Amino acid sequence: MMLLKDEVGMLRRVPLFSGVEPAKLKLLAFTSDRVSYSPGQILFNQGDEGDAAYVILSGTADILVDSETGQIKVAELEPNSIVGEIAILCDVSRTATVRAAGQLEALRIRKDHFLRLLKEFPEMTIEIVRVLADRLSHTTAELADARNSKH
Amino acid sequence: MEASLARYIWTHTWKHQLWILMIVGLSMIPYFMSFDLPKLIVNGPIQGDGFESPGATKTFMELGFNLPFIGHVQLFSGFQLEREQTLFALSLVFLLLVVINGLFKFYINTYKGRLGERMLRRIRFELVDRVLRFPPFQFRRVKSAEVATMVKDEVEPLGGFIGDAFVQPALLGGQALTALVFIIIQNFWLGLIAAAIVGVQLVLIPRMRRRLIRLGRERQLTARELSGRVGEIVDGIGTIHVHDTSNYERADIASRLGRIFKIRYDLYQWKFLVKFINNFLAQVTPFLFYLIGGYLALRGRLDVGQLVAVIAAYKDLPGPMKELIDWDQARQDVQVKYAQVVEQFSIDRLVDPKVQAINLEPVGPLTGPLSAVNLSIVDDSGATLLERVSFQVKCGETVAIVTTANGGGEALAEAFSRLNWPENGKITIGDADLLEMPEAVTGRRISYASSDTYLSQGSLRDNLLYGLKHVPLTAVSYEGERAKQRNWEIDEARKAGNPDYDLNSDWVDYAAAGATGPNDLFGVIRHILDAVVLSRDILDLGLRTSADLQRHQQLVDRIVELREALRNRLEEKGLTGLVVSFEPGAYNREATIGENLLFGAATGPALADKALATNPYFASVLRDQGLDQVLYGMGLEIAEQAIELFSDLPPDHPFFQQLAFMTAEEIPAYQSLLQKLKGKPYDTVSEADRASMTTLSFAYIEPRHRFGLLSDDLMEKIVTARESFYENLPEDLQGAIEPYDPMRYTAAATVMDNVLFGRIGHNHPDGPERIRAIVNEILDELGLYDDVLDVGLGFNVGVGGRRLTGAQRQKLDVARALLKRADFLIFNRPLSALDQRLQDQILRNVLEEAKRGDRSPAIIWVLTNPAMAKLFDRVVVFNSGELVEDGTHETLLERNGIFKGLLS
Repeated sequence: MMLLKDEVGMLRRVPLFSGVEPAKLKLLAFTSDRVSYSPGQILFNQGDEGDAAYVILSGTADILVDSETGQIKVAELEPNSIVGEIAILCDVSRTATVRAAGQLEALRIRKDHFLRLLKEFPEMTIEIVRVLADRLSHTTAELADARNSKH
Repeated sequence: MEASLARYIWTHTWKHQLWILMIVGLSMIPYFMSFDLPKLIVNGPIQGDGFESPGATKTFMELGFNLPFIGHVQLFSGFQLEREQTLFALSLVFLLLVVINGLFKFYINTYKGRLGERMLRRIRFELVDRVLRFPPFQFRRVKSAEVATMVKDEVEPLGGFIGDAFVQPALLGGQALTALVFIIIQNFWLGLIAAAIVGVQLVLIPRMRRRLIRLGRERQLTARELSGRVGEIVDGIGTIHVHDTSNYERADIASRLGRIFKIRYDLYQWKFLVKFINNFLAQVTPFLFYLIGGYLALRGRLDVGQLVAVIAAYKDLPGPMKELIDWDQARQDVQVKYAQVVEQFSIDRLVDPKVQAINLEPVGPLTGPLSAVNLSIVDDSGATLLERVSFQVKCGETVAIVTTANGGGEALAEAFSRLNWPENGKITIGDADLLEMPEAVTGRRISYASSDTYLSQGSLRDNLLYGLKHVPLTAVSYEGERAKQRNWEIDEARKAGNPDYDLNSDWVDYAAAGATGPNDLFGVIRHILDAVVLSRDILDLGLRTSADLQRHQQLVDRIVELREALRNRLEEKGLTGLVVSFEPGAYNREATIGENLLFGAATGPALADKALATNPYFASVLRDQGLDQVLYGMGLEIAEQAIELFSDLPPDHPFFQQLAFMTAEEIPAYQSLLQKLKGKPYDTVSEADRASMTTLSFAYIEPRHRFGLLSDDLMEKIVTARESFYENLPEDLQGAIEPYDPMRYTAAATVMDNVLFGRIGHNHPDGPERIRAIVNEILDELGLYDDVLDVGLGFNVGVGGRRLTGAQRQKLDVARALLKRADFLIFNRPLSALDQRLQDQILRNVLEEAKRGDRSPAIIWVLTNPAMAKLFDRVVVFNSGELVEDGTHETLLERNGIFKGLLS
């Protein structure tokens, strides 16, 4: 069975948390719920209100998006990946459905807990802002590339 | 109420006052006899007066009296006794008189005490009776805490005074007067001096006391205001925290206490000044006697014997005078208190007692329409809430009241239910004025619910049925001691002018709710709770509380069946892992180590929570099984982890709810304990420290906390320890624990724990919610839903219903209004704490529920959502205190008026 300290190791490998102190990650893990899903079980549905983010510890999950022809799979989640993190940072509903592809173990980080941690430990917030800003600059660069190649 | 306290006391107790006066008079006879006796003993047998010759005898206990014309009548010729015999006889008579005097005193004091307490009971009852009859607007002016202190504290001193009100002045006045007359007889002029000083005392002291009275009144008012403010602080504590005004409140209280201190200190100073002057005057008299009397004696104008006699007689005067003046002070004190209280309770337009007279007969339905005739209502500031509104609701009609802000619809609903009195015009039912109708009619045939709910402390059931408790319906028959007690209660209640209605009677009017008795009432309640969407909440409460074994016999008897049904259902759904059952020979990984060791529910304090680790027997079991050191080490590990995780967080942080091992306050203590114990051999650690650490391990659940502290070997050892614990359980602990038994109900555990008989797996997403849904289904299928609902109805709602949410309180209020089956149901925005969607749903349910069983009551509903008006026969629109539109939903929609504007 995976212990708290192993979970901390897993969290460190998630880019969003890689710069955060291990002690804080341990608190994050402790206050999060360890949940297991059987194959086919839904983590959350598209359109639901987002109340938690999930870090996949073992197993894989499918990301599905509603379309006119039914749900289509757009991506697959591997261990050490995080899903639903946007929903716990701002109030948007889920943009996709996530379903366990096999036996899945995950760490559920509740929105209110996560926000409390950010408030309590500014250095953790800064690390996360850094990651998000990085992502944004990547996205912006990609967008610029895309526009340039169009012209 | 009677403004003069003396008259009030006299009216209610004159017979008793005369009786006690008579007894006091009678008691004077042995009292004075006992004064005379010592002289007889000393002069007679001791000094030998009348026993000059040896063998002389005296007549003892001769009974006889002289009558004019007839001469001496002898009833008993008496005994002839010798000197020694006379000494014994007279001494025995002295002892007898002591006993008789004591008994008189005892009787008089208890009689006076009882008299006072009865009057106190009468006054208090009368005050509360008045509160029950206050007009509605009065309650906007009075603070509940102030009324409570008046009833409780301010009239309290009256009880002590009432017994003395007439007896004391009569007695003391008599004594003082006798002493004064005696002095005057000895010497006229010296007597006159004494009388003059007494006169000065009697004039001056009461004058000086006027200031005392004024201060006393101020003291009473400021103290009352203080309790009002304390009450406000308690009621408004949330607002104080939200606005950070606690220091403003501190300043306010401190300044009030300062004023009270000043008044009380003034009072002391003045009181002792008065005392000083009083004492001085009392001592001035003997001074004058010595000076003037002595001078006269020296000059030979007064003989010394007379002077000595006057001075001797004077010593009996100051005592009664002082007591008389004290009595007068007490009188003025209670008179002020009484007058202060009476003033607060003497209010114009009190409700006539006839309106609230108890009516044991069933009240027939109202047949006339409910009408407002030229109705105007103003609020406290004089602003108009309703302006000459005339409006009629026929029986069976459903009316939606749609009102703009300050439109006046709410005021109308309040007026219809007597909560707001008309300034002008009136409200009638048929031909009768609503305010003149007995509450026995309106309170049973009209029901009302608003957002302003009131619940009293008690069970949900009590609060739900409160609206049916109009009169004591059953006569309770008492036997033996209880009957005697009951008769005494009735007798005393009557003597104090209190009613003697029996609280033990069943007050619930089942027929009014459409039931025949307590047994089929549940059917009615269930429908109503469903209608207001409260059943689920109450069911959850029921699952979270423990059942009463007697009342919920069915649930207890069928618990095994329930557990089995749950297992089967989980299996069908492929969710067997969701609940991990307790099994006698196995470790339950989802339960704490403590639970696994005890394998039962603690029923007393001996084995509960923190006491467990310090229990000597339990500690010995752990030691014998070789677990003590392991669990201690585990505790150290847990303490270390917990401190590492949590020591950076502020103590009020919500994360501490996640930390099952210790509270935020305990962290520093554990931190230093850890420092002290680290690396120390187990043998050198004190018992108390061992227990502090070991107790941490009891809360550990491996899948929840994931510290990796539990091995298979340890689990096995724990199960063995469990068995050994029960094997040798000492007798004094047998009542402290109820072991888990798959075949039996555990009384000390909640209903939910009993049904689950295990723990919900921690790694199942939304486990508790899913289990609750499944348990609800099963309860319904097995027909045990109502039983658990009934457990929930036993839930204590707390002061003012604060243990319920605002939404639950409002739903309960609507349910209570429905239960009465009234002819007119008035709902005044009753569900404002709920979201709009749920409000609309409950409104629909209530309209349907009110009509169930072919009933057709009139319903008047002040809506929060104008769109719901379409469900009513008629829609009435209020704007700025006037009725502006009235018609069916369709006609109003066509009119393009205010209603249409409100809808969009």
